[in-house]
Amino acid sequence: MNIIEAENLTFAYSSGAAALEDISFRVSKGDFTGVLGPNGSGKTTLIKLILGLLKPQRGEVKLFGCALKDFKEWHKIGYLEQKNTPPSIIPLTAFEAARMGLLSTKKTPKIFNARDNEITAAAMRTAGCYDYKDKLFYELSGGQQQRVLLARALANNPQLIILDEPSTALDSNARGSLFELLRGLNKNGAAVLVITHDIADIGKYVNKFMILDKHLIFHGSKADFCSSPQITKYFGPYTPHLMDHLHDAGGVCPLGGH
Amino acid sequence: MSIAEFLSFAFVQRALIAGALIAATTAALGVFLVLKRLSLIGDSLSHVALSGVALGLITKASPVFVAVPVVMGSALLILKIKKHARVYTDGALGIVSALGISAGLIIAALAGGFNADLMSFLFGGILTVSRAELLLAAALAAAAAGIIYIFYNDLTALVFDENFARAAGVDTEKTETILVLISAAAVVVAMKVVGIMLVSAMIIIPPSAALLLAADFKRAVMLACAFSVCAVLLGIYFAFLLNLPAGAVIIIINILILIFCSAVRKYVIKKRTSARID
Repeated sequence: MNIIEAENLTFAYSSGAAALEDISFRVSKGDFTGVLGPNGSGKTTLIKLILGLLKPQRGEVKLFGCALKDFKEWHKIGYLEQKNTPPSIIPLTAFEAARMGLLSTKKTPKIFNARDNEITAAAMRTAGCYDYKDKLFYELSGGQQQRVLLARALANNPQLIILDEPSTALDSNARGSLFELLRGLNKNGAAVLVITHDIADIGKYVNKFMILDKHLIFHGSKADFCSSPQITKYFGPYTPHLMDHLHDAGGVCPLGGH
Repeated sequence: MSIAEFLSFAFVQRALIAGALIAATTAALGVFLVLKRLSLIGDSLSHVALSGVALGLITKASPVFVAVPVVMGSALLILKIKKHARVYTDGALGIVSALGISAGLIIAALAGGFNADLMSFLFGGILTVSRAELLLAAALAAAAAGIIYIFYNDLTALVFDENFARAAGVDTEKTETILVLISAAAVVVAMKVVGIMLVSAMIIIPPSAALLLAADFKRAVMLACAFSVCAVLLGIYFAFLLNLPAGAVIIIINILILIFCSAVRKYVIKKRTSARID
């Protein structure tokens, strides 16, 4: 079953400038997709359209086979937003912030119980932030906050994990651990969609690439990516350099093999 | 006058109970409003309440009971303007505030100018609280407590991270509307305690003080309620003792609590920093 089906998505902000035009793609179980593109290419906008945070002028999104307007199974999705900076005076502990990831699993009144606390603690251990669970969220460093928000995204054991530039504020070791963690979750059945700027960062972990630049430039497997004429056309003279870079970053493409 | 004598008056008992209920209600709601950057909604809606009160006085109906639906309608208008007119929240609050005070002044002028009743709403009259108003305060406190209990985690998610809350299936629009509507009712009832001029202080100051000291979110809500109730009880007592306007005394005590909390926070941070250096 397709986990995400996007058909002809078109979105423009109120200024009239097109952010995305006619985007269609599918994400299936087992996909670990790296979403790449230059600044302003519409990566974050696409995520917001998928999650219903923005409404497209044209096109449709289905999640788990259900049209977005009727979709209720939000507990199947874990989401980490880009550069999340909640107001700095909210006295929420790291544990309380991470536990919010279970909101989508509760019915009104959404009261958390001991089992929810255990699940949250496990998610925080997985994300490497349990040690500072009782600290106030706003007193943590950027990297520590990012780990707490990652724990929040993973707490509900989601079948679809959407992360918008999750490695911002993480050092290189933490980035490696994060992508290893995501690869493990992907092998256990979760579809993963990660926005990133650095193709080399995630090259060896993902099994699919999506290249956006207002239009969908490419969406397919790593093998197809390395031999895709769309990639050659889009990157032009930089293509061999990119392929060598990807080879060095984990053997994504064969050296000089494009 | 001894405290026992002070407490023996029936009107004082009504004032203290109503004041405490309203203080706890506005403070608890205020925590969410302050964090959602809607704290000035108290100011804006209290100006609208002036129209409601004036309308009540001109039609010989109970001003408070007329003001409640008028203010709740205006609260919805603020949300509509914010959503549809591409105006920032403070702009929407300013527009509705100006509309409310203009309409209030026109209605008051049509009624032959300000009278003593209208002045009591402008500056508060907690010592004249009626039995019906006490019951209204109790009903409001119960409704606010119920809403906070049922929607506590939705409200927390809304103020912490609205986009995440939406992606977690929280109906943020409905949650915000409920928060704003119950706050609108609280503003009208709180006018009786401190008056239209000072009602926003009841929403802003106790939560601001609590947020300086609270170690977690629940404690912030409880501390805000405790500070606000203390300020109202002490304020009524000192106002009665010194023959001063109760609303103003309550707000001054709230500000003293805020200054105290700020000093405590600075002391704690300083102590923590020096412990780290040692």
